[in-house]
Amino acid sequence: MLDVINYTLITLICVVMLYPFMNVVSVSLSSYSSYVQNPLMVWPEDVTLGAYKEIMKSGMLWRSYANTIIVTVSGVGIGILLYILTAYPLSKKVLKGRRTLMLLIVFTMLFNGGLIPNFYLMRSLDMLDTLASLVLPALLTGFNLILMKNFFESLPEEIEEAARIDGASDPYILFRIVVPLSKPIIATLCLFAAVGYWNNFFNAIVYIRSPDNWPLMLYLREVIEGASTMARSANAAEMGEEMMTSETIKYATLVLVMIPILCVYPFLQKYFVKGIMLGSVKG
Amino acid sequence: MQHMEAAASAGAHQRSQPSRREDFMKHMVRYKWLYLFLVPGCLYLLIFKYIPMFGIMIAFKDFSLVRGIWASSWIGFENFEYLIRSADFYKVLRNSLILSFYHLAFGFPVPIILALMLNEVRNMIFKRVSQTLLYLPHFISWVVLSGMVINFLSPSTGPINFIIKEMGFDPIPFLLKPEYFRTILVSAEIWKGAGWGTIIYLAAMTGIDPSLYESAKLDGASRLQQIRYITLPGIASTITVLLVLQMGHVLDNGFEQVFLLYNPATYEVADVIETYTYRIGLIDGRMSFAAAVGLFKAAVGLVMVLAANRVARLFGNQLW
Repeated sequence: MLDVINYTLITLICVVMLYPFMNVVSVSLSSYSSYVQNPLMVWPEDVTLGAYKEIMKSGMLWRSYANTIIVTVSGVGIGILLYILTAYPLSKKVLKGRRTLMLLIVFTMLFNGGLIPNFYLMRSLDMLDTLASLVLPALLTGFNLILMKNFFESLPEEIEEAARIDGASDPYILFRIVVPLSKPIIATLCLFAAVGYWNNFFNAIVYIRSPDNWPLMLYLREVIEGASTMARSANAAEMGEEMMTSETIKYATLVLVMIPILCVYPFLQKYFVKGIMLGSVKG
Repeated sequence: MQHMEAAASAGAHQRSQPSRREDFMKHMVRYKWLYLFLVPGCLYLLIFKYIPMFGIMIAFKDFSLVRGIWASSWIGFENFEYLIRSADFYKVLRNSLILSFYHLAFGFPVPIILALMLNEVRNMIFKRVSQTLLYLPHFISWVVLSGMVINFLSPSTGPINFIIKEMGFDPIPFLLKPEYFRTILVSAEIWKGAGWGTIIYLAAMTGIDPSLYESAKLDGASRLQQIRYITLPGIASTITVLLVLQMGHVLDNGFEQVFLLYNPATYEVADVIETYTYRIGLIDGRMSFAAAVGLFKAAVGLVMVLAANRVARLFGNQLW
């Protein structure tokens, strides 16, 4: 009996989680008039690809998509290299100044300069309004660094010692032996970093000015705001065709922005629970 | 033979007291790669984490972007005196605290309850599928979610107002009304984060000794009794630690969700420290004052998080 209630409630909650996605996808594939008649739809009505065709005409969409891809790939690529290079020495007890370095790293998690100093730094480095300003602030976080360091510490020392006896140099050991053994943590960090870069809005709104440099999130926000101003326009009749597709356009853009995350999601599932466990057990 | 031994032991005696400098150099030579590896990361941390900390000076200067940080004149605590007397600031601080409190009061229990429910599920397929669905909202960005919220609540075409209109009432512009803002924001935050939050509690539950459940069942305990007397105490320390840590972040409200959902009509209740700093600092250009507000938040935040960590460790230790 209790089971029935439990399963029902959980199913209800899952429906609540899922419904917005279903609604968004359905509306994006429907005609505007069927949306107005039934905004609650969970399945497309009067199926049309009109909204998608309309937004794909926009050069801005492709531009901001490219920007975000560049930012994400470089951010994850450079980031993971930095994590590996930095966490490895920190995992070695022989390192002089290890405790001080760890304290300094932990401190960065507790205190930061704030918005204005960071803005001023970017300006001084001439990085305002560049894609670099979207990549650099998030490259390394203390938390992830500690995660990776802990993972390296958990690897048995004998493997490295055996390699060292065979005459392997430190870089060789790190990249040919330790890294292949660290695939779980590397995959976890890469995936989380990728999602973080893809979804980031804050850095973009602070640092980016020209539409040419807009990442996807700025473009999406513009579509959401713009379409709603269009909808509130007094000249609704004049707006005509455009207004007809405003909500469907917004949702189609939403879907296009979400697709990569949803594609990566199954892989995320495989690794992230492990990642959390790693963090909480060692943390 | 004896000569050689004497000479050898003399040499050994000499070598057994090498200088500290030699030791250091030997260490460096042997471990040079480790230190080389550290260079890029440390450089990064220095430039992008520590140098901004020194940018705090901006709060103590009459800062102008044109003149830069060094040429701007020093004004000491003027900004902070202004801060203490600023009605705007108290409003913003009040908003931040109230929102954090709402989030804590309504948002904190949800993952716990959800985790308890999930823990009782025996069918692995159901559990796996529902968890997949529950984690999904965590991975979409606030821009996407705010887009959904804005449209759902739209007075002209949104689903919610559609229902309201069908029932014969006038549509309500929810996002323009201050009285709805907190509910909307916290509900969205819960929708986005509750599923993800269950992970840590479920992990804690797997750490509970199964034999406790066995003996309880033998004693005739019902499922609810088992939850109340075994599961809950089992995760009590996790709950406490997380609760305390969250209280350390009482001044953090998250810029993105507030910024994307607020508008001038709701500033009265919606404006929090992060958005306030952004608006007066980067839009209005009052950079020194904004830096002062930012410093206030960072400093108080530091104290609170340190205190929270101290307390959390106390509770965490009680388990072991």
